[in-house]
Amino acid sequence: MKPEINESELLEGLARNDRKAVETLYRLNYSMVQAFILNNNGTADDARDVFQEAMIVLYEKARDGSLELNCQIKTYVYSVCRRLWLKRLQQLQRFGAPVESLEETVPVEEELEDHERKNEAFGVMEKALSHLGEPCKSLLESYYIQKKQMLDIAAEFGYTNADNAKNQKYKCLMRLKKLFFAQYKKVD
Amino acid sequence: MDEILLLDATERYLNGEMNAEEKAMFEQLRQSNQEVDQMVVEHTFFLQQFERYGGLREMKHTLHDVHNQLMQDGEIKEEVLSGSAKVVNLWKRYKRTITIAASIAGVTALSISSMTLLVAPKGNEKALTELGKKVNQLETKYRQQDRKLDNVISKISPDIVITGIGSAFLVDGKGYLVTNAHVVKNAKGAFVSNNKGAEFKAQIVKIDEERDIAILKIEDKDYKATATLPYSIRKSSTAIAEPIFTLGYPRNEIVYGEGYLSAKTGFNGDTLSCQIAVAANPGNSGGPVFNRFGEVIGILSTKETKADGVVFAIQSKYIIDAVNELKKADSTVDLKLTSKSSLKGMDRTQQANKVLEYVYMVKVY
Repeated sequence: MKPEINESELLEGLARNDRKAVETLYRLNYSMVQAFILNNNGTADDARDVFQEAMIVLYEKARDGSLELNCQIKTYVYSVCRRLWLKRLQQLQRFGAPVESLEETVPVEEELEDHERKNEAFGVMEKALSHLGEPCKSLLESYYIQKKQMLDIAAEFGYTNADNAKNQKYKCLMRLKKLFFAQYKKVD
Repeated sequence: MDEILLLDATERYLNGEMNAEEKAMFEQLRQSNQEVDQMVVEHTFFLQQFERYGGLREMKHTLHDVHNQLMQDGEIKEEVLSGSAKVVNLWKRYKRTITIAASIAGVTALSISSMTLLVAPKGNEKALTELGKKVNQLETKYRQQDRKLDNVISKISPDIVITGIGSAFLVDGKGYLVTNAHVVKNAKGAFVSNNKGAEFKAQIVKIDEERDIAILKIEDKDYKATATLPYSIRKSSTAIAEPIFTLGYPRNEIVYGEGYLSAKTGFNGDTLSCQIAVAANPGNSGGPVFNRFGEVIGILSTKETKADGVVFAIQSKYIIDAVNELKKADSTVDLKLTSKSSLKGMDRTQQANKVLEYVYMVKVY
């Protein structure tokens, strides 16, 4: 008998970026995915990339609260990985024998299209931030992502007071928005 | 300035920091002014995207960390297929190709063997040039004077005669370097210097002449170990036409070169190496070849004597093999290869400048 693992708790942990939950999910699912990829023309590196992408899909869905799993996490992860790998193989044209499937799968096509759109947005933001340069990049990340207080940020970046830092932050933000939307509209 | 005020108002509105009166006014403004309304919508969307980006980036870090840790603890393993299963798999996969290839090979072998009898050149001229540099006495003297002029204090005492020069690159920040075996062959010892000219004494810890790979270890109290290297060593092969770049020391200064992967095998179908198109000269031997993700895909080693721009590099997977052999042979060796390149997504100039300091010149005596 396997110990009972509460799947919804695991997903909540994943949404919070809880390391323990990530570790557990990794332990439960990685070997299965790796075996599948190795059996189908892939390498261990491919397995890692595909598995981590599937975990991101799961993370995004868990965070948005849009995850209604009517199957086990294992089945879901396997289905996502299988779909991702098929697509990668098609791109590489590395088709040997048809991909064999031993486990059951659930349809995930639509969800992956959604994931791809999000992935593009991530890439656009990453690029916009790298074009933005320092100290703007760190300044914005401290406030909007790390959620630090304006007062602490002012001290850290050497502004005379919080208002000055705030002004600077808005100037940076306007530039970042411009960079982001210039690219993002093209993606649409 | 107006725009900043509006941004500030928008953020306070979204964060619920406005009092009732202010809020009512702002909402009225939104209704009467389309532009303001659109800006609020846009800003909400943007902040959402930005936060999503932050969360995702953190998640990627966690995943990466967890993977490495579980791998270290042995809870997950890289290879689960056992040796025989792997071969069976390969056989199944390539059965058709192999049979076709075998029959073609048979026919070609017959025709080629009859042809070579006719056109084979006489004598055995050396078709490959190793790109290690032999230094003659005169040049050594010139270099020593040069050094005096520059007023650099060298660790190499004047009575040591440098006999060869090549390139090398770090594979572990603790001071492990990889270069070609032919660079350090028959050497009594070696010095290495980085792109700033700092010299360190190095020990040759492994020479594998068959694969033409050597591993050096810097044994010098002045050497400061670096924690992580920005590049990794690629395990699988690279696609033809993939852009590549190299760094090395064909002269006293580090030199950058770029090109592409021309063929997956080396001279006369040698499967140890691959062919690249890049300018290379004596002294380039042992230098790293990077792909566009900043992964090392090979060690620059030889060029064809009679053709221009035909350069060969030892494939990177053999570096990993050599490192593993060294670790097996000597359990005290604490050598860990970087698992993922942090140079992905950067442009060439940034990548090349990030790796400059990890490429060394090797001087053997």
